[in-house]
Amino acid sequence: MPAIPDLFARLRAEKRKALMPFVTAGDPDLEFTSAVLREVVGRGASLCELGVPYSDPIADGPVIQESYTRALKNKIKLAGILEMLGKTTPQLAAPVVTMVSYAIIFRHGVERYCDDAAGAGVAGLIVPDLPVEESPALAKIAAARGLSLIQLVTPLTPRERALRICETSTGFVYYVSVAGITGERTELPPDLLESVGWLREQTPLPICIGFGISKPEHVRLLAPVADGLIVGSAIVRRVAQAADRPRAEVLKDVGDYVQTLLAALAE
Amino acid sequence: MNISDKPATAGAAVPDAAGRFGAFGGRYVPETLVYALDELTREYEKSRADAGFQAELSELLRDFVGRPSALYHAKRLSERVGGAQIWFKREDLNHTGAHKINNTLGQALLTLRMGKKRVIAETGAGQHGVATATACAHFGLPCVVYMGEEDIRRQKPNVFAMKLLGAEVRPVTSGSRTLRDAINEAMRDWMSSVGDTHYILGSVVGPHPFPRIVRDYQSVIGRETIDQCQQRMGRLPNAAVACVGGGSNAAGMFYPFVEHPEVELVGVEAGGRSDQPGDHASPLTYGQPGVLHGSFSYVMQDDDGQTCDVHSMSAGLDYPGVGPEHSYWKDSGRVRYTSCRDGEAMAAFDACASNEGIMPALETAHAVAKAMEIAKGRPKDQVIVVCLSGRGDKDAMEIARLKGVDFG
Repeated sequence: MPAIPDLFARLRAEKRKALMPFVTAGDPDLEFTSAVLREVVGRGASLCELGVPYSDPIADGPVIQESYTRALKNKIKLAGILEMLGKTTPQLAAPVVTMVSYAIIFRHGVERYCDDAAGAGVAGLIVPDLPVEESPALAKIAAARGLSLIQLVTPLTPRERALRICETSTGFVYYVSVAGITGERTELPPDLLESVGWLREQTPLPICIGFGISKPEHVRLLAPVADGLIVGSAIVRRVAQAADRPRAEVLKDVGDYVQTLLAALAE
Repeated sequence: MNISDKPATAGAAVPDAAGRFGAFGGRYVPETLVYALDELTREYEKSRADAGFQAELSELLRDFVGRPSALYHAKRLSERVGGAQIWFKREDLNHTGAHKINNTLGQALLTLRMGKKRVIAETGAGQHGVATATACAHFGLPCVVYMGEEDIRRQKPNVFAMKLLGAEVRPVTSGSRTLRDAINEAMRDWMSSVGDTHYILGSVVGPHPFPRIVRDYQSVIGRETIDQCQQRMGRLPNAAVACVGGGSNAAGMFYPFVEHPEVELVGVEAGGRSDQPGDHASPLTYGQPGVLHGSFSYVMQDDDGQTCDVHSMSAGLDYPGVGPEHSYWKDSGRVRYTSCRDGEAMAAFDACASNEGIMPALETAHAVAKAMEIAKGRPKDQVIVVCLSGRGDKDAMEIARLKGVDFG
């Protein structure tokens, strides 16, 4: 069984939920990215999402966008990211998915991207700018290499369309909590639980919720309806401090933060 | 998507239902925007069949914009060149001084039709920002315009005009601080506001249905040119020339001519300082197919798929992508794309100003330069129509800077 379905089967059997930290590759360098991945998995993260920096991200808020800009200024290249992953994934007790723009996948070559990602131990892909209509070719190529292609559903997705997305998504469904860009938010939409609850009845796929999640109370609120929770900007913001602070301190800060969310998830 | 399947001919019957112009176009956007794009597609289709909507738009184009715009024989410029006749399709005479108003009025009417309460837009040279602010003022819609800081520096008069018209101009400080970053920022705003906001995109770029909508609203340029040429000359021109940044004035000029193969179509990109990467803004000349701003088209990219920085002295052409229909026309061979350097465009600006009493926009000067070059080698009975997409008043301060003129 591919890594992600296998993970969620185990988590469900153990009645546990996944915490999925998002880390930007190469911010401020790939060595530190590898250390952050090892740190968060060491603290108990079940799955990691690695953002591949892109020059023109339109789904991302300022925190993640700025991390991409820093990484690109530091000449981070896809080849270097995959090389780092090839060395890091064997040390991780959790699968890694790449969050990568289709602009990058297409330029690299769809088959070559999937080959190289699978070769680096990547378990799945999230392609935020590839809606379901444009995804069949990539889905087929990814599936042949055991890679999950995780698709997104948003609060604005009509229900009929959400069902179609669930039919083509593999690994899990990424439920975007808010109609907007990535970033920490004080409050989540009041009808979120109901919307995810409806989707849960329609599909056997695990559902992970992302965008706007940053606090233990968010985790407590959403854990009952989700199989996993994705936390991005709050981690990227902490990692960004590595430019000015001792790296060991920043790693500990990120690890402690992840641990508070894991504690809330376990309640 | 297989770009080796090049179309044998570029017909007018594109895009298809998925927004494809051959291999190009489509939708590469976050799922959050799909709902709004579907809604826009539906309402646009309904509006095409709605006689009341079309009549209102026609009336606005006539009485508010001043259409039809003139077709003008640039006799002294033609004599100076000493070849074929150069004619100008005078979009610079439109209200707000450029072709952009044709599209913004159409999309503002769509905004009202969809019941949306707020408009956002992006702008490079400021002409689309001014045209959007104007359309919003006309209809009483609140308007936010995203503009790169570098473009704000280059286009102060237009920034001031937008503010006078009641729009809020939001400076964009990310990336190259030009049009590309302004589009990113406008899309981000739209991601969070699609429920009550319409994004009036200014060129034939972006996800389906924008390339089609903007082309259709701008096609009035080419349709009028055909009618006027028939009336004035009793025939179609030999060639039509237009500048191409995102490509909206060119798409508007070319589209009605696509099914007239006897008319040569020439698109002129910004050749900038040199043919080195980063020195120009010519994706059709030097770029590769890729994804940018929600559509598949020719893009200036590095080997990793990252969008390259580009350069043009014209803020309106300083863009690393191009509309997908232009990519389709390029690969089919229906339109010939070429580029023109900053210096050549500046020389054409001077020639046009001193010989015709018309200051073209710096974007437009690229098309004038190429038309002069083409006309030079052709007989006097040939007719070359240039889309004079906008007037150059907005560029006066930037031209002064480039020429080293100090007002003290």
